[in-house]
Amino acid sequence: MTETAAPPAILARKVWIGLLARSRPDRVADLLPRLPDHEVLRPAEVGAVMVRGRTGAVGAPFNLGEMSVTRCSVRLTSGTVGHAYVQGRDKEHARRAAVLDALMQTDEGPSVQAGVLDVLAAEEAARRLARAEKAASTKVDFFTLVRGEDK
Amino acid sequence: MKLDVQALTGGFDDAPVQSARAFRAALNALSRPGVIVTVAGAAGPAPLSVAASVVLLTLADGTTPVHLAGVWDCALVRDWITFHCGAPLAGPAEAVFALGDWAALRPVGRFAIGRADYPDRAATLIVEMPLLENDGMQLTGPGILHKAALRLPEVEAFQANRALFPLGFDTFLTCGDRLAGLPRTTRVEAI
Repeated sequence: MTETAAPPAILARKVWIGLLARSRPDRVADLLPRLPDHEVLRPAEVGAVMVRGRTGAVGAPFNLGEMSVTRCSVRLTSGTVGHAYVQGRDKEHARRAAVLDALMQTDEGPSVQAGVLDVLAAEEAARRLARAEKAASTKVDFFTLVRGEDK
Repeated sequence: MKLDVQALTGGFDDAPVQSARAFRAALNALSRPGVIVTVAGAAGPAPLSVAASVVLLTLADGTTPVHLAGVWDCALVRDWITFHCGAPLAGPAEAVFALGDWAALRPVGRFAIGRADYPDRAATLIVEMPLLENDGMQLTGPGILHKAALRLPEVEAFQANRALFPLGFDTFLTCGDRLAGLPRTTRVEAI
């Protein structure tokens, strides 16, 4: 599948919405304890999405399994609309992520980026590295002696 | 694409409770033709009435293509349905729900009436009415004790629809926050 090139603003938004979707609810709440005034357009609701994968990232698509997601849409008093789909069933998390998405589109974007998103991105990178290292430490290299079959 | 704020507001605040009440109201309206019920909880952008908004929010979803007729086929209503219901928009032949006033929905022969083995695969028309009153045409049939009266935009179309039974479309009539149902089983006569 080829993806059509999206404008940079949309690509950047994809990155932060994805980051918020994977973030830990308690960490986002720590970093943004008080939400600015906002109106809820679509109250947080829990649903399920089918996660699909491709064998070796290139094979035929298959259904990996369903996961819970929570979505929410809000509007700040300034009129900026924010949407969020987050993993898990935490409605407060979805609302917080939607507010963050809206804030990122306002003038407060750079400060939110530095205060919340960069921290979350660093923590996610650390988590991934720790996991990769843990997996790498259990890796076993198999080797066999030549058995003389292939002549 | 920038969505208008009106296309994003006007959904249910408390979807589980409000949609359950609305479903019950729609069920009552359809099973007791001639009874006018009042619904609340949603307000789509004009020209969408409150009752039509509630019916769409309660019944339409990603599996039910919606056809918009006449002035109802505008960007605001399309965006509102896409955001709140997630329903795909379709032509009259594929539509499960069709929304518009009677003039825009005619000729109603365009809509699905189901098949002999699947009579449920029929369209439901949501007809926006300027006025919804218990006078005018006489209704008899299932769900009506003796007879009921409802002002309908036309008699012949509903009589032809009744003749198709068990096939045929079902109808919701909406006006403001008031809702009436006219299933395919009802016999309509001009008084």
